[in-house]
Amino acid sequence: MSVEGAGLIRGFIETGRNLVGSYVDPRRWVTVQYPEERRATPENSRVYPFLVYDGADPEEGLRCVSCKICEKECPPQCIYIVPAQDERGRPRKHPAIFDIDISVCMSCQICVEVCPFDSIKMDQAYAWDREDRFGGLLLHKADLARPNRYYRELHPAEARVVDEHLARERELRESGVRAAVRASLPGSGEPGGGT
Amino acid sequence: MLRRLVHCALCWTLSMAGVAGLYILAGAEFLGLAQLIVYVGAVAILIVFAILLTQRRELLSIERLTAGSWVTGVAVAGLVAGCLWIGLAYTRGLGGAGGASGGPALETRELGELLMGRYVVAFEVAGLVLTVALIGAVILALPFEQPREASGRRADRPAAGEGWDARRQGGQGA
Amino acid sequence: MNMEGILALTGWGGLRWVGPVELFERGPVWLRDWAVGWLPEGAKVWAEGLIPAVAVLAVFGLLFGLATVAERKLLGRIQNRPGPNRVGPYGWLQFAADGVKMLTKEDVVPRSADRVLHFLAPIVMLAPVALSLAVIPYGRDLVAADPRCGLLFFFAVGSAAEVAAFMAGWSSRNKYSLLGAMRAIAQMISYELPLVLSALTVVMMAGSLSLVEIVEAQSGYWWGVIPRWHVMTPWGLAGLLLFMAAAAAASNRAPFDLPEGESEIIGGFMTEYSGFKYAIFFMGEYFGMFAVSGLAVTLFLGGWQAPLAVLEAAPSYGWFFLKLGVMIAWFIWVRGTLPRLRVDHLLNFGWKYLLPLGALNLLVAMVWRGLGGWAFPGAGAVRWLACLAMIGLPAILWGRLLMRSRGWGPRVYRYAS
Repeated sequence: MSVEGAGLIRGFIETGRNLVGSYVDPRRWVTVQYPEERRATPENSRVYPFLVYDGADPEEGLRCVSCKICEKECPPQCIYIVPAQDERGRPRKHPAIFDIDISVCMSCQICVEVCPFDSIKMDQAYAWDREDRFGGLLLHKADLARPNRYYRELHPAEARVVDEHLARERELRESGVRAAVRASLPGSGEPGGGT
Repeated sequence: MLRRLVHCALCWTLSMAGVAGLYILAGAEFLGLAQLIVYVGAVAILIVFAILLTQRRELLSIERLTAGSWVTGVAVAGLVAGCLWIGLAYTRGLGGAGGASGGPALETRELGELLMGRYVVAFEVAGLVLTVALIGAVILALPFEQPREASGRRADRPAAGEGWDARRQGGQGA
Repeated sequence: MNMEGILALTGWGGLRWVGPVELFERGPVWLRDWAVGWLPEGAKVWAEGLIPAVAVLAVFGLLFGLATVAERKLLGRIQNRPGPNRVGPYGWLQFAADGVKMLTKEDVVPRSADRVLHFLAPIVMLAPVALSLAVIPYGRDLVAADPRCGLLFFFAVGSAAEVAAFMAGWSSRNKYSLLGAMRAIAQMISYELPLVLSALTVVMMAGSLSLVEIVEAQSGYWWGVIPRWHVMTPWGLAGLLLFMAAAAAASNRAPFDLPEGESEIIGGFMTEYSGFKYAIFFMGEYFGMFAVSGLAVTLFLGGWQAPLAVLEAAPSYGWFFLKLGVMIAWFIWVRGTLPRLRVDHLLNFGWKYLLPLGALNLLVAMVWRGLGGWAFPGAGAVRWLACLAMIGLPAILWGRLLMRSRGWGPRVYRYAS
């Protein structure tokens, strides 16, 4: 037979131990002191998309060719693209406007999966608090552009594969063999597929 | 004036608290505080619950008072106020000499000794009557065994009712 | 001590050398006399009543703020997290931020609510509790009011809380509010009896209803070391345990916080309250906790008496507030440890367990007094143990009997172990 109050006393000892222990040993803490102290995000975590650019100029170096595939695929339709035009009014392979409304974005990563040019990737920055909940959460091309270096920091392994792939592409394009390869091996020249 | 019965009950509570204040001003501290405990703490709650547990809604609101009842009400109120005024005006010593600043008419200790000595029979009989009332209330509230032929629906409710039985005891016993 | 004495103003116009012990002990009283001395004759009687009232409200207002922060911090530590630590040094100014937040919030009143009662309920809740703080002796001469029936006064004004709970619950026109009010009233009425019974034991032994005299009855030491507090006697120990259990219920503290029961009935009778009215309810709850804690200290823990003769140099009100702090910490620890009871468990516990034991404790106190005449060697220990057995054994056996009749016992989880 159990002693009266033994369960109560065990409970009080447990909570008392926590009470004293959390002063003595901060490793017991189950929370972090957020703004000062942050948990490292896992490599595969994702928040909102960003646009990758090569080189130094975020405008000219954008990989995006404004093919609008991501715009069409985006389930909540938070992407808005207007292609740039040259002086004769023909569409250039460059976006004039590329907006993402992150108040609508559901972080599904489908835009990343469908992009044939490895130009849109998922960001890991999660602090998106803004004073203005409409304009402040509508990101424009300039807000979205990040250098390739940034992508490499976020996803080193994945970025290496993408970089190798893009380099091979460029090599093929420059050596002029591209057309021949295309002709002989239909389907193998399919770009994208970052992983 | 007040058409909701609950308002009336709460006003009655307030007037009981006022009576307690009068007792205290008159030097009967113990009686005043006991009045507060019994009437404000227990009886008021009992009345309020009685109102809440009354099923018939038409009992819960009072018809608007007619002009005649207004006149009667004001007249009665004036009469009571006049009686109080006369009583206060012709009573010596309430205004400070023999009131709260003076000694009480009866110390609590003497009160206790009287209740436990000279008036012990009356005190115990009153206590006995209240206890009998309490037990009676408990028996009334107990779920009684239904005869076989009656449907068993009511008999299988005892567990659910327990908490409320206890509260009712509280209302009566406090 | 007079060697290091300092010049002090003792009352109006009296200057003399006093030691630090006397300065701290008598200081608050001198301060009051000095402040009253400035006033014209007609205002003196008012000031003498108002100054203690303002002092009590100010001290307990501040204590309320600090207690809310301390509660959150300790609860946090119990759950292995730091608790509020942002506003002010180590977060101790959090209550100021909370107060500003409460003040600036919108005061929402439901459209179909009874506006007058809805407005009055928080006031009716807070005012009597604040009144009950008046009769507790905080130090040797520090008591705002010492009526002859101090203890009765405490319980009498406390009974208005039931009316306030009903007013709040009924006027809100919300079924959760009304449920909460019914729970609160059922609980307060049920637990007032054990509370009063255990206090009555002390009244019987001390022979007075005045809290000042009850504290004075606990002065002195057995063999010069053990203070003659009531808690050092078997009936006092049992009384304190009963009193604390009933006090937690009477002040709606965990594990008896069913009237709020936020997981079941949202906020109980406070559901429809917001902004400062809610803050006043909150304040009333904490003041109620301080009041019953102060009463427990006064009745059982010797009030402002020091635990050892050598420690009497420290001011008496310091000892009182130290003990009060321990009581508050105990309440917080209990809240962090015990889960909430079910309504029927709560009422069964009150009526079938605490109430009989409270009545039995009264009997034990009588036996304790009756055995006081024993004079053989070891009589004290025999008397102590006999009385303890008289209350302790029935407590255990009655508890087991109740548990068995209900089929209660330690829970066995079939799949979790």
